[in-house]
Order: sequence, then structure tokens, then C-alpha cells
Amino acid sequence: MSDFPRWRYFLVAIVLALGIVYALPNVFLPQPAVQVTANRNGVVDQALEQKALGALKQQNIAYQSVELKNDHLLVSFGNADVQKSAGDAIKAALGDDYTVAFNLRSTVPHWLSMIGARSMPLGLDLQGGVHFLMEVDQNDVVDKQETRYADDIRSLLREKNIRYDSVSRNAVRGQGVAVILRSAEDRTAAANAIAAEYPDLSTQDGQVTGDRFVLNAVLRPDKLREISLNAVRQNLGTLRNRINALGVSEPIIQQQGDSRIIVELAGVQDTAEAKKLIGATATLEYRAGYGTPQQAADAARTGSVPPDARLYKDRDGRPILLSKKIIVTGDQLVDAASGADQQSGSPMVSVTLNAAGAKKMLDFTTSNVGKPMGVVYVERVVETKVVDGKEVRTPKITEEVINYATINGVFGKNFQTTGLRSAKEASELALLLKGGSLAAPIDIVEERVIGPSLGQDNIEKGMKAVLIGLGLVLLAAAIYYKLFGLVADVALFFNLVILLAVMSMVGVTLTMPGIAGIVLTLGMAIDANVLICERVREELRNGSTPLASIRAGYEKAWATILDANVTHLIAALALTTMGSGPIRGFGVTLLIGILTSMFTSVTVTHAITALIHGGRKLKTLSV
Amino acid sequence: MEIFNHNANVNFLGMRKVSIGIAVLLMLVSIALIATRGLNYGLDFTGGISAEVSYQQPVAVSDVREALAKAGMEHAVVQSLGGTKEVSIRMQPTAAMKDAQGRVNLDQVSAVVSKALQAARPDALLKSRSSVSSQVGDELRSDGTVAAVFVILGIGLYLWVRFERRFAVAALATEVHDVLVTLGVLAITGREFDLTVLASVLAVIGYSINDKVVVFDRIRELFRLARKAEPVEVLNRSINSTLSRTIITSLFTAITMAALYFIGGSVVQGFAITMLIGILVGTLSSIFVASPILLWLGVSKKDLMPQTKENPELARRP
Repeated sequence: MSDFPRWRYFLVAIVLALGIVYALPNVFLPQPAVQVTANRNGVVDQALEQKALGALKQQNIAYQSVELKNDHLLVSFGNADVQKSAGDAIKAALGDDYTVAFNLRSTVPHWLSMIGARSMPLGLDLQGGVHFLMEVDQNDVVDKQETRYADDIRSLLREKNIRYDSVSRNAVRGQGVAVILRSAEDRTAAANAIAAEYPDLSTQDGQVTGDRFVLNAVLRPDKLREISLNAVRQNLGTLRNRINALGVSEPIIQQQGDSRIIVELAGVQDTAEAKKLIGATATLEYRAGYGTPQQAADAARTGSVPPDARLYKDRDGRPILLSKKIIVTGDQLVDAASGADQQSGSPMVSVTLNAAGAKKMLDFTTSNVGKPMGVVYVERVVETKVVDGKEVRTPKITEEVINYATINGVFGKNFQTTGLRSAKEASELALLLKGGSLAAPIDIVEERVIGPSLGQDNIEKGMKAVLIGLGLVLLAAAIYYKLFGLVADVALFFNLVILLAVMSMVGVTLTMPGIAGIVLTLGMAIDANVLICERVREELRNGSTPLASIRAGYEKAWATILDANVTHLIAALALTTMGSGPIRGFGVTLLIGILTSMFTSVTVTHAITALIHGGRKLKTLSV
Repeated sequence: MEIFNHNANVNFLGMRKVSIGIAVLLMLVSIALIATRGLNYGLDFTGGISAEVSYQQPVAVSDVREALAKAGMEHAVVQSLGGTKEVSIRMQPTAAMKDAQGRVNLDQVSAVVSKALQAARPDALLKSRSSVSSQVGDELRSDGTVAAVFVILGIGLYLWVRFERRFAVAALATEVHDVLVTLGVLAITGREFDLTVLASVLAVIGYSINDKVVVFDRIRELFRLARKAEPVEVLNRSINSTLSRTIITSLFTAITMAALYFIGGSVVQGFAITMLIGILVGTLSSIFVASPILLWLGVSKKDLMPQTKENPELARRP
């Protein structure tokens, strides 16, 4: 007779089996690989595969496997050194139409991936990753600010009924805005109005020629510095959001110097994708339409564009004229989601604007129903070329009108943008817009693969410490509690297996602090068994029979184990929700470890103990 | 095998004036130490400097780290960049890298780092150096405060519901003691306080509360079982009967942390030593501090009896 119900044996068996299966992928180490993805003009097909492999053959580089998927080609190699030279060879052979990046190829057998089993990604400290050094374009910050002040001053003067000739930025960047007025009185009135409205601007009287009275409005230097510092800070925040959207855990995002940002990502499966999303400064601009299609065609032919307009091309290469003035830009966007248009079924991005943007959009659409509006897609990519032995970086800006349509009704805060090529493009754009807009463009100055920050020696030492620590505890438990200690040891081992399985399933990035967390968890997991064993001993001492002692031991210890672990769980939960860097990884490990150890050290040990002692007449217990 | 005499009946509560006195003294000293010496915040919190170094011949990351350590820069983070000939170094500025006003002087950084590296390998060339911001900023500090408040409220509330108000107060008071003393030891030894150590301090909270709950659980049980329970006697018996468990569990946990400390390498050493300190402090306070506070708060049998037994009217109802 056993007081351990049969269904619980099944439960234990099933959980142990699942634990082993889902922990298994961690045994298969990923291979270094080179991944080729197509840029806008490239195609990934058999021909590309032949070309890449040809390049490898020419250089006598041995590869291990080749995979051709719809959007990328993955070639794996024996070790990281071969991977590096192979990357160079392939890059040289394929040219600019393709992105060649380092990646890791999973060696987990197909049947394991089919049931969703995967290995834990390793953190930056254990396996290295990619390193980006980015530079924030400070000039752009000043440009934007000055253009905005020019617009603002213009409308301020109009509002106050002060007559002016022109308001425009000075030719030299940082020199502020030049306002040209018609009389000294107007100039004084304008200076007063500007001083009252914009305390960050300082005004100075400039030259007077005939009836041209010049007033210069310049940004105060401390304000200028504050603006550029804010731009870097805002960009840091935006990058954090984007990287979180990528799902990379434990990234490093640091400001370097005044205008640079370091980003390091571990366990990124697709470096090309990461680069695209992090460095991408794609945004949308909404501009009023200008003139007729005929005028646009003329402008494209003759090259003479009206002063208030800019010439664009749409996706099919047709010329379109749009007003120079922007209604709303990407930084006024608060939310974006991709989807399909209900009527046409074409991919679209639905956009939510902030209050200021919504007001501008409402004002514009109210007075322009029936007139056209264009949506411009702006993308900035930096190309690095080596000229005379020096790296020269040139930003390349692509602007395209993705949508040009007549305004049918008034709208403000929420609306849709259609005209995207594919659902994938729509979702990428939505992700970008949602991640927040960059206050200033970021150029990727450097992109590199970095080694593990700990170094191989430290990783080996860490693993050794884990195994020795575990071994010592197993030994101590077996010596101190004899048979019950051995049972606890078996449970502890399964605890490790199930812990690894759950961590892999959840997708926890494994770092050195995470490993320390696992060790701590294992050290504390034995606590429940210590509680049970001590209780059993007490019961025996008080004269209970062996079987009664086991039953009482488990029953009485359970309340204590539950109370102790729930309080511990609350602490672990707080660590997890704090959510930054190694702390989070550690907290998640602790959280999972407490839950798995409650199962293994109570239910699993009880099952084994019941198997051993059940149905036998016992005189003594080995505890 | 048994280490502890199960008939032991040490009068722990009898020394409560001494033990509480020592605990309060330790706390005050810790607060003073943290206030005056402060914690030696690491790169994660303060930011520091970053340098890129290229070598003419391939170099091992561990050699670079060793060369830096020899020159007094023990906690540098060294990573290989791209290939085997370039490394990136991140570390906190040393005194030699600062000017008279205590600001980092990048030229002095170059000189110090170059000298240290070239002493080991003459082909080392410093390519660039710059200062970097901290990896965690104010957000961690504010999130950390929120989390700490959440932990304290959560644990307090749970103990209040499962036990009684006095247990919650006693547990949290001891908790504050354990964390303060652990931080105090870190302050006096001047060990670097980085994110891993912070994680460890937070783990100490979890560990020590776990430890206290076991003793409290026994106190509740004995109060309910005993017919005539003198609080001092019950508390003493509870501590004595859970003593072997308290010490064995601490020992087992300490074994794993000691293995990490002695074999695990420099990266996990901070974590392990903090945990070891925390385990020691937590174990001692479970035995000597938590229960005396309970007694002082005036816990009695009446507080712990289930409601129905206390009120015969209620018990008689179906």
C-alpha cells in the first residue's frame, strides 16, 4: 500500500520526459555561419548560391553546410576563423546588392525544432555578438531647430500683424534666423514679440539698407548644447525601444563621448536585420500636393522646380510635385500598427499622432478637402567607401512618394497610410515608427563582430565551479542523509534538467550572472529536502513508525516549504520586473528555479521514496 | 549521521539583549560606513573609459587582461574586435588618468593604457580612446526603488495574511538589518559594486527571508500545539528544533557559493562573496535577531490560534 496516488507517478514521469527533451537542444552547439541577404535590387536564388560557393572554392575555403531560404542564404563553417575569411571572400564576390553578415547556424535536429525545442541563446559575455558604433548627426539637429524657428517666427509675425519682407535661415549653420522688416518700429515690435514668445532666442539688430531692416534671431549657445545633448539622449531611448522590439535580451546601449552611441547585441540570429532596424532612420513625411501632373512632368523635364515646391518620384518613377512645407513628420507620431486595408486588402500602416501633430493635420485637412496630399517615405543609409586609404562616409538619402491621393474628408489623430509594397514592408515600417523617431539621424560608423567579453578561460572556470559546487552538495547530502540524501540528489539533478528546459522554452539569455543564479538555485533547492529529512528524523525520534514518519514528514514540511518559497518567489518576481541587464536574467533564473525546485524536491522525491518504501514492512529508515 | 544534538536547548532568547544590541550596533556601523566610505560603484553604474587597441600579431584576450591587471586595472572588460588583432577595452578610470580637478584626461588615459600594454607586448598600438556613459542610468535607480518597495510590501503582506502582523514586522526589520550589514561589509572591504553584486544583494533578501519563514513556521506550529505556552519557551524550542535545518541549508548553499568564489574566476567572485556574506549574516540573524524581535513585539498563543477555536460560538456552527 502506497499513499502516493498512481496518477502522480504519471505526472512525474511525463514532466521528467518533457524536461529531458526540451533541455536537449542545449547540447547541440551552433556553428559559425555567413548569411547573405538581398538588398533592394538583389535576388536570393540558386544562381546566388553558385556564385557564393564559387567564391569559396576559389579561395579554398571549406564549408560545412548550405541552406537556401526564400530571403537568405546561410553557409556554415567549422570555426570562427574560417567564418571570417569566408565572409570577406563572399562579400568581395557579391558586391553591393547583397548584405553579408556573420550569423550562427543552429545544429539542433529537425524533429526537436519541430516541437518547439530550442537552445538558450548565450549572452554577450559568453559568446560575443555584434558591436555597432553610431554617430548622431549634430548638424541635422541644428538644421531642424533653425528651420522650425524660421517657421514659428513667420507665423508669429503674421499673428501680431507685423509686416515683414522675409524670414529665412542664415546661410551659415548656427547663425540663426534672419528677419527682414520694413521699418525700425516694426523691427522693435518684432524683437519684442520674439523675446516674449521664444526666450531661447536672442535677437540682435543687423544691417539697415534702404527700407530693409535686418533682425537676427540666434539660439542661445547653452540652449543649443542642451538641444544636441537631448538629441543624443532621445536617440538612446529610441534605440532601446527598437532593440526591445527586436527581442534581444541584455543588450549594451551606451553613450560614448558627446555624440556617439555604442550598441552591442548578443545572440542576434540575423545581424543584417538588426542593423537595418537599429540604424534605419526611415520615417514618413506628410506634405501638401503642389500643382498639376502636367506641371510635375514639366518640372522633371526642364529641371526648373517652383520655389515653394520639391520634386519627388513615386514608386513607379513618375514625377510628383509636393509643397516644401511639411504638415506632419515622423517625430509627431505616437503609435503605428500594420494591417491590411479593409476595402482594397493592400498592406497599410495605421498611424496615431500626438496632440500637436493631430491639430496640424486637422487644420490642414479641414481647409484642403478635395486637394491632393503626398506621403513621403524617407530613408537614410550611410555608405562607407575607402578613398585613398581612408574611410569616407557619405549619407545617402532616398525619398520616395509612397502615396499621393486626394483628401476625401477631414481627419486628425488617427488615419491610415497605404501604398506599401508588401505586408512585410508595412510591418517593418510600423515597428520603426513605433520604436520612436530618432531626434537626429544616426550613422553606423562601425560594425563588428566581437568575442565574448569574459574570455574562454573565464567561461571554463565558471563551468568548472558550477560542476564542482553541484558535486560537493550532492556528496554532502548523500553523506548526511544517506538514502534520503541520494533521493534528494536525483531530484536535484532533475531540477537542473527541468530548469534548463524551462529556461530554453522561455528563451532566457544565458549569461555568467545567470549561471551564478543557477548555482544559487541548486544550493537552495536542497532546502526543501533538508526540511523534509529533518522532519522525518524528528518523527522517528518521537517514536513514530517509519512509514508514518515519512507521511508526517512530507505533510508537515509542506506548509513550511510553501510559505518559505512563496516569500522567496515574491523577491524573485521583483528582480524580474525591475528588468535591466543581468539583474533580469538572474531574477528569471531564480523565479523558474524556485518553481521547478518545489516540484522536484517535494513531488519527485516523494514519488521515489514511495517507490522504494511502499508495500514493505520497515523497521528503520535510512535518513 | 547527525552533527547537532537534537536534545539541545540553548537559551537563545536569554541572550536577546546582547544579540539585539550587537545587531543594532552592526546596523549603525554599516550605515555610517555606507555614508562615509560609500560603495565602490563599478563600470556598470559610473561609466568609464573605452579604448581600442590593435596589435601587429594575433593576441589572446586573456593576455591583454593580464597585462592590464598587472598595471593595477583589474576590472577591465576586454573583448576581441572583429578578428584576433584588435581588442576593445572598457574600464573605470584610475587615479593616474585624472587631472588635478579629478576629471578624466583622455591624454593621460592613452599614456597609462599604452604603457601598461606595451610593457607586455611592444606591438600594441592604442587606436582610440573615449569616455562612455554608464550602462545603467537613472532608470535602474528608480526601477530599483520601486522593486524594493514592491518586495517589502509583498513579503510583508504575505506574512501578515499567512501569519500575523508581528511576524511581518519582525521579518522586515531583520531583512533591513541583513541587507544593511551586507552592504556595510562591501563598503568596508571596498569591493567593486557592479550589476552582478547588486543582483547578489537582492538574492540575499530572498535567501534570508526564506530562512526566517522556516523558524516562524515552527513558532506558529508550537504555539498552536502547546496547551500552556510561555512565549519565551516556545520561541526557544522553535529555534532549537529548526537549528540543524537552518545551519545545514546555509552550509549547502555556502558550499556552492564557495565553489564559485574559489574556482569560478574573477567575474563571479563578486557575486559569490556577497552571497557568502549574506548567507552568514542571514543565518545569524535568523537565530539571534528575528525571534527576539517577535518576543519584544509581544507575540502570544492567542494571536496564532485559528479564529474558530478562539470563538466557541463559531466552532459550533455547521
